[in-house]
Amino acid sequence: MTIARLRTTVAIAALALPLAAGMARAEDKIDLRMTIWSANDAHLAMFKDIADGYAKLHPNVSVTFDSLPFDNYTTTLTTQIAGGNPPDLAWILEGTAADFVTSGALAPLNEAFTNTEGYDLDDVSEQATALWTQDGELYAYPFSTSPFAVFVNSDLVAAAGAKSPAELIKSGEWTWENAVDVSAKVAKAGHAGLIVRDFNYQIWQNLATIWRGWGATAWSADGKTCAFTEPAMVDAMSFIHKAIFEQKAMPGPGENVDFFAGDAAMTITQISRASLLPKGDGAFKWDLVPLPKGPAGDYAVVGQAGIGVFQNSAHPDAAIDFLAYMSNPENSKKLAQFFPPARKSLLNTETLSSTNPRLSPEQIENVVIKGIANGKVLPGHTNFAQIQQTVRAQLDSLWRPDADVAAVMQSVCDRVGPML
Amino acid sequence: MAPATSPTGSDHTGSRRRPFWTMERRDALAGYLFIAPQLIGITIFVLIPLCLVFWFSLHEWNVLAARFTYTGAANYKALLSDPGLGEVFGATAIFSLGLVVLNMSLALLLAVLLSQKLTGITVFRTLFFSPVVVSLVAWTIVWSFLLQKNGGLNAILQVFGLEGSNWLRDPTTAMISVIVVQVFKNVGLNMILFLAALQGVPKELYEAARVDGVSPFKQFRRITVPLISPTILLTSIITIVGSLQVFAQIAVLTQGGPGMSTTVLVYYLYQQAFQFHRFGYGSTLSIVLFVIVAVLTFVQWQMRKRIVFYER
Repeated sequence: MTIARLRTTVAIAALALPLAAGMARAEDKIDLRMTIWSANDAHLAMFKDIADGYAKLHPNVSVTFDSLPFDNYTTTLTTQIAGGNPPDLAWILEGTAADFVTSGALAPLNEAFTNTEGYDLDDVSEQATALWTQDGELYAYPFSTSPFAVFVNSDLVAAAGAKSPAELIKSGEWTWENAVDVSAKVAKAGHAGLIVRDFNYQIWQNLATIWRGWGATAWSADGKTCAFTEPAMVDAMSFIHKAIFEQKAMPGPGENVDFFAGDAAMTITQISRASLLPKGDGAFKWDLVPLPKGPAGDYAVVGQAGIGVFQNSAHPDAAIDFLAYMSNPENSKKLAQFFPPARKSLLNTETLSSTNPRLSPEQIENVVIKGIANGKVLPGHTNFAQIQQTVRAQLDSLWRPDADVAAVMQSVCDRVGPML
Repeated sequence: MAPATSPTGSDHTGSRRRPFWTMERRDALAGYLFIAPQLIGITIFVLIPLCLVFWFSLHEWNVLAARFTYTGAANYKALLSDPGLGEVFGATAIFSLGLVVLNMSLALLLAVLLSQKLTGITVFRTLFFSPVVVSLVAWTIVWSFLLQKNGGLNAILQVFGLEGSNWLRDPTTAMISVIVVQVFKNVGLNMILFLAALQGVPKELYEAARVDGVSPFKQFRRITVPLISPTILLTSIITIVGSLQVFAQIAVLTQGGPGMSTTVLVYYLYQQAFQFHRFGYGSTLSIVLFVIVAVLTFVQWQMRKRIVFYER
């Protein structure tokens, strides 16, 4: 071999070897995509931090977080799946949990979580995982178990000359009757009373935060029988109807009022909305209290969101591994600053106080910890989207001053009964 | 040129081979090349999807469960037992009828008024046309604020001592609101078409009619309407087809409510396919919509002999 030929061979090898190595690396490279409904910068920064931590352990894996609008989240997600472009991981709402878990679309997680060192699956509360489990197999990790509570604008309540919820709690009188009375007084004084946030006379399932106080449910525990005609539900809906149209304690249909703009006495929402409380000029004195007692006694309601891995993801094993990393004890603590955790070891005042600085230890104990421990999740069902729309269409005739509550409830069951 | 001979040497002068690229063929090729982009576009974006939608309509397609099962005519039979479909057809008919009547009559009225030669008339023409170029969703969102119970429209009515309705929450006013919002959005387009047609009507016809003592209304009925009849046919086809495809206004303003009162066919098929994950049944509804649009357009086209003056 001449020197010139040797040089050429060496040069080609020098060029080809890194190229070949690069090609090998490119083949190993895994890009994971997770769809989420939050576009909050702080949330995204935290997710990126977790993804960067994972990338240090697995340099070939990168994770992108795809923010989809909340209003059409599930529709967009299913359209992506129909179009052959499913994400690897996705947030899933509690209402559609049954659809996703029973469809076979999600990958099972138990084995991977159990085999992940330091994961401690037993630390995750069984109550929190119930919705996401089928035949003992977990199909999504409940990363957010957020109790519903009542935020109070203490300034408006005081200005209306009403007793504050805190005083009513002390005297054991924090009931729905009194909560509506306080709201009616504030409404009479020129502001709005009580808002069930996100209800907007469309998302009726959020009214479960009131009707559970009567022991009412949308359908039987096995999900096969409509329960809107049960006396407890009719009583609860009559109470809500009276609060809206007679006592004017709740804004009526078509009235847009925002509690966090300081325009209403109270709002029922999840504690994660504390971040919306205004600071500076628009700030007002506020309180956070548990849901009032109903005729059936004390109760709590939680909203949940899970993260699942799609079976037909291009990299299901890598996606499951990332989910195991994202929900391990260390990262669950990070997530807890925005999303109340399902891990029992994190459900203590000390941990939650450090991650939720705007809430007092009493609020965390009475609302967050007790709420998560005792709360039942909002109504959900297989084929929930269709059931939701069908019930919504029938309930529209309830939101009139002269509505016959029992007749409307009957029409709901007539229409939705065959779907259950 | 020397006469063509075969390799065997036999004479073919009697059947002289014509060159392949004759003038006609060249013209035809040029024509096909000109229409090729449009044909390719229609094939990819209209014909193939149309065939696919028909194929999907013969299946049960559950996206989440990745189930795609051939069910034959089951989805078409399901149309007959769908409890909501009667209300949907009713809402679609009311919407289309209301929209077509209001849009066409208002557009013609505006066109007649704005065809006058007055100073500054172009400003008014621009004003009435401007909603056409506004984003449909932005337009509808603004109207959704105006039509709230505590929104802008009721605030204006309150100034005059009137109590406004809860426009989007009452079944009757909700449908009227959706129609009016859509009419205001698109009336400018029909108005411009009518305006152009009106300006093409010979002025001497009106002068002759005036000399004969014909009243302005009779002039409108006997001269204007017949002479702009081709435009009336065109706008009626465009408006009816458009009214059957309304979606964004319903999605933003009412989401099909209250009850099912504004759930028109397109919104219903969107719900079935994309919200309830029933893509097979949604495709069946698309085929139904396609047939309705095709039949209505065909009927209108057949009626052109009665409507359009030069077809008689």
